Amino acid sequence: MARITLDGIAHSYDQDLSYALKPINHEWTQGRSYALLGPSGCGKTTLLNIISGLVFPSQGRLLFDGKDVTNLPTEQRNIAQVFQFPVVYDTMTVAENLAFPLKNRGLGRAAIRTRVSEIADLLGLTSDLHRRARRLTADAKQKISLGRGLVRSDVAAVLFDEPLTVIDPSLKWELRSKLKAVHRALDVLMIYVTHDQVEALTFADEVVVMKDGRILQIATPTQLFEQPEHTFVGYFIGSPGMNLVDAEIDGAEARVGEQTVRLSARYNKPPAGSSVRLGFRPDYTTLVAGGDMKVRVQRIEDLGRRRLAKVSLGAQDIFAVVPHGQSVPGDAAGIAIKPERLFVYVNDERVAGEPL
Amino acid sequence: MIEKPINNRAWLLVLPVLAFVLFSALLPMMTVVNYSLQDSMGANNFFWNGDAWFRDVLNPSTDIGARFFDALGRNLSFSFAALLIEVPLGIAIALCLPRGGWAVGPCLVLIALPMLIPWNVVGTIWQIFARADIGLFGAAVNGLGIPYNDTQNPVSAWITIVIIDVWHWTPLVILLSYAGLRAIPDAFYQAARIDAASRWAVFVNIELPKLQKVLVIAVLLRFMQTFMIYTEPFVVTGGGPGSATTFLSIDLVKIALGQVDLGNAAAMSLIYNLITITLCWIFYTIMTQLDRRRDA
Amino acid sequence: MSIHLQNVSVEIGGEKIIDHVDLALERGTMNVLLGATLAGKTSLMRLMAGLDKPTSGKILVDGADVTGVPVRKRSVAMVYQQFVNYPSLSVYENIASPLRVAKVKGDELDRRVREAARILGLEPLLKRQPSQLSGGQQQRTAIARALTKRADLVLLDEPLANLDYKLREELREELPRILSQTGATLVYATTEPLEALQLGGKTATLSQGRLVQFGPAGDVYHRPNHIESARVFSDPPLNELPISKTAAEVRFADGSTRPAIGTLARIADGNYTVAFRADIVSLRAAWPQSLTFSGEISVAEISGSESFVHVTSPLGTFVCVEPGVSTLQPGQRVDVHVDAARVFVFDSAGALVDAGKAS
Repeated sequence: MARITLDGIAHSYDQDLSYALKPINHEWTQGRSYALLGPSGCGKTTLLNIISGLVFPSQGRLLFDGKDVTNLPTEQRNIAQVFQFPVVYDTMTVAENLAFPLKNRGLGRAAIRTRVSEIADLLGLTSDLHRRARRLTADAKQKISLGRGLVRSDVAAVLFDEPLTVIDPSLKWELRSKLKAVHRALDVLMIYVTHDQVEALTFADEVVVMKDGRILQIATPTQLFEQPEHTFVGYFIGSPGMNLVDAEIDGAEARVGEQTVRLSARYNKPPAGSSVRLGFRPDYTTLVAGGDMKVRVQRIEDLGRRRLAKVSLGAQDIFAVVPHGQSVPGDAAGIAIKPERLFVYVNDERVAGEPL
Repeated sequence: MIEKPINNRAWLLVLPVLAFVLFSALLPMMTVVNYSLQDSMGANNFFWNGDAWFRDVLNPSTDIGARFFDALGRNLSFSFAALLIEVPLGIAIALCLPRGGWAVGPCLVLIALPMLIPWNVVGTIWQIFARADIGLFGAAVNGLGIPYNDTQNPVSAWITIVIIDVWHWTPLVILLSYAGLRAIPDAFYQAARIDAASRWAVFVNIELPKLQKVLVIAVLLRFMQTFMIYTEPFVVTGGGPGSATTFLSIDLVKIALGQVDLGNAAAMSLIYNLITITLCWIFYTIMTQLDRRRDA
Repeated sequence: MSIHLQNVSVEIGGEKIIDHVDLALERGTMNVLLGATLAGKTSLMRLMAGLDKPTSGKILVDGADVTGVPVRKRSVAMVYQQFVNYPSLSVYENIASPLRVAKVKGDELDRRVREAARILGLEPLLKRQPSQLSGGQQQRTAIARALTKRADLVLLDEPLANLDYKLREELREELPRILSQTGATLVYATTEPLEALQLGGKTATLSQGRLVQFGPAGDVYHRPNHIESARVFSDPPLNELPISKTAAEVRFADGSTRPAIGTLARIADGNYTVAFRADIVSLRAAWPQSLTFSGEISVAEISGSESFVHVTSPLGTFVCVEPGVSTLQPGQRVDVHVDAARVFVFDSAGALVDAGKAS
């Protein structure tokens, strides 16, 4: 059983002057899939490289099943990795490519053959087994890269570094579903790095959202969408991202400009000088006549399957959905939000209130 | 793609080059063709001779034919020996060079230095360097008890010429291979480590296939240059001892300028030229076809 | 200016890249060319710019034939998918470069550069070098440069395709406002239906070098005249089912039948393709008039705000949109409800027979 433990792992490329990765304590478990999600430069690739052994962390310990592997080289770690660009051995056939890691580890011929055909079957590569790998399309090559990782039954984890970058958009969902199927069939720990929210949310049981070398939230896709713990998570997940407006908090009420809105909990007074914002998803904000807060409509976008309104709430711009069949209210326009969909962020972190 | 706006004035810019090529290559070439088809009684008095010169040169039983085939054999052996040493050596050294860091610059400059030295200077350096009595190399080898004299012993002379070429031109193969190796993405090496591939497997399955295109260029360039070898033997051994290092080019000069046998020399140089072009074409075709064959 | 492509074709090596396209763009309008990769969007733009000459047909600008006139003599600006900026020049100089070529000097130059920078929100960045900018800022600089030229025709060839999705989302939101301020005739190529809808104006759907439909974006979206137009204008992909109708019954490819309701009740007997976008497919509740199928979840693609759920069934794969984050797991059996009142019906040649409730 594989379990990866990050024990105070941190990394700096310049003798601790600045951290590419701030200290992390976390544990990843067998059979789950995780995605590291964030914009470029957020430290997700550094973290992946630390796990694969391509980068040695400047602090902390890395444990595989409780065994310290911090300073072990890649080849002794039992991990597999799929890279951004497909890596295949040009001189070999697909079957030889898949057999290569097993051959290098001295497995018997018969054992190699059964394992290779098993994996080829799983990935839909069986009919290509005896073709030269270099002649295949990018997505088939990427499947081979994946196959070379999966063919070893002893891998502790399979790591993915933005593996769908060079795949034609129309084939992406097919590969994604293949990945999910493989994950269910093989019960291995998978870690997937991406800057694309769709890929992360689609693939992973749990998503690690990172920014500037820091982990902002580790949660299921549902939790990330419904309850972002950090303003950046709210902004980054969902399109459009979460509405964030400056507000003052007074107990169970929030004041936005001159308007007051009721919250679902009672909050302590935030420390003076801190930034206080109210966050709410456009998806849960509807444009209505009247409503909880008055707004001025800037424009309505017909996006085909839904209509989105850009409105001004005082001096701040936010988005709201216009329900099907509803006409756009004129001067009396307002937005309706359920109190439990309103979150309070102090210095970008969500704060919990006392339930009323 | 499709039709671009066409402006014929650009041709004017090419004119100077065309004129230069005309005077430096095309006219001399035509003169050679002229000589190869005519005979002369001296005093600029030429008459038509048909393909007689060519038949002479290509007939091993004539004196000139024998000389031609001997020299051609030496050329081929030399090119073969030089390529056999330089290509593997060049790749091997390129593999040993650092892939990054401060040392890359100095290393490349040091390696490129021999290429910057003109041919006859290289010849002169080695002429002295290899002397059995006072030359550092020659004397040292003799001091080790190995009999060596590049002006009297044919084997010594050959070894010297090959070493000169290797020293002078392996850097080209190194630089080309190094550039080819650097172009391989890191992901390939990382994947190989994860697959627990041996160093040899990495070389055979990743590096060599990715170097193929660069190596075609290296082999072609090195073949052309070694097949045209002239200066080194001319300066160091003068084609000797005997005719041990008399390559085609050296023999040509001897025939044309030494014996003023212009007809034979012209025919021989044209044949020489054709052989070079044909061999290059064969090399190129084999190396690129090999690639395609493997895909099928 | 107005531009009219009159029955133009482009052939390369016997292959028709553009196939008899007739397209008239009015002065000062926004026109979106919507089509998959290689549908002919870029080729059409090159014709409009004067970079290429059509094999047959004419190009009229303001009524005058310009078919053979080279690009230098036309008033055209272009923005490419790659961020094309001069790496050694500051943002200011990058934006100013077409003006310097046009010999605009002094206050006039400064005024026009700053105006373009203001429209695109680049004012604080004017002194920076392109390498110090994010992808979105670089592309905004390229757009600003195209705008300062005050060309009569501005061509934008998938300008957002190389941006991260968050930047794409933001710039897509800003672009309609920015572009509407130019007064130029705008042509915008994209593969994304959402962009065409968000930019507004007119949309031309392209497929395999042919113009399928041209009209106001909303009309084309809600009333595709041909199945190809509906395919191009659907993301996730359009769901399609071949059917044959006899009397009050509709037979599907697997032999199963359902009552002819909704749009299907209105059409004559015969063979058709019924097509529907993912948003009128529901996995939760039936519609007032539902066509119901059963299948198995294969994957749920989750974007955060919505999930595209792919369901496999004996009739093929259905794609449907669920709001929020779907928790459906692969392998789960579900009922798929299609709103029969809003499906499109196309005949066997692909032409629209009935656009459903939208008509």
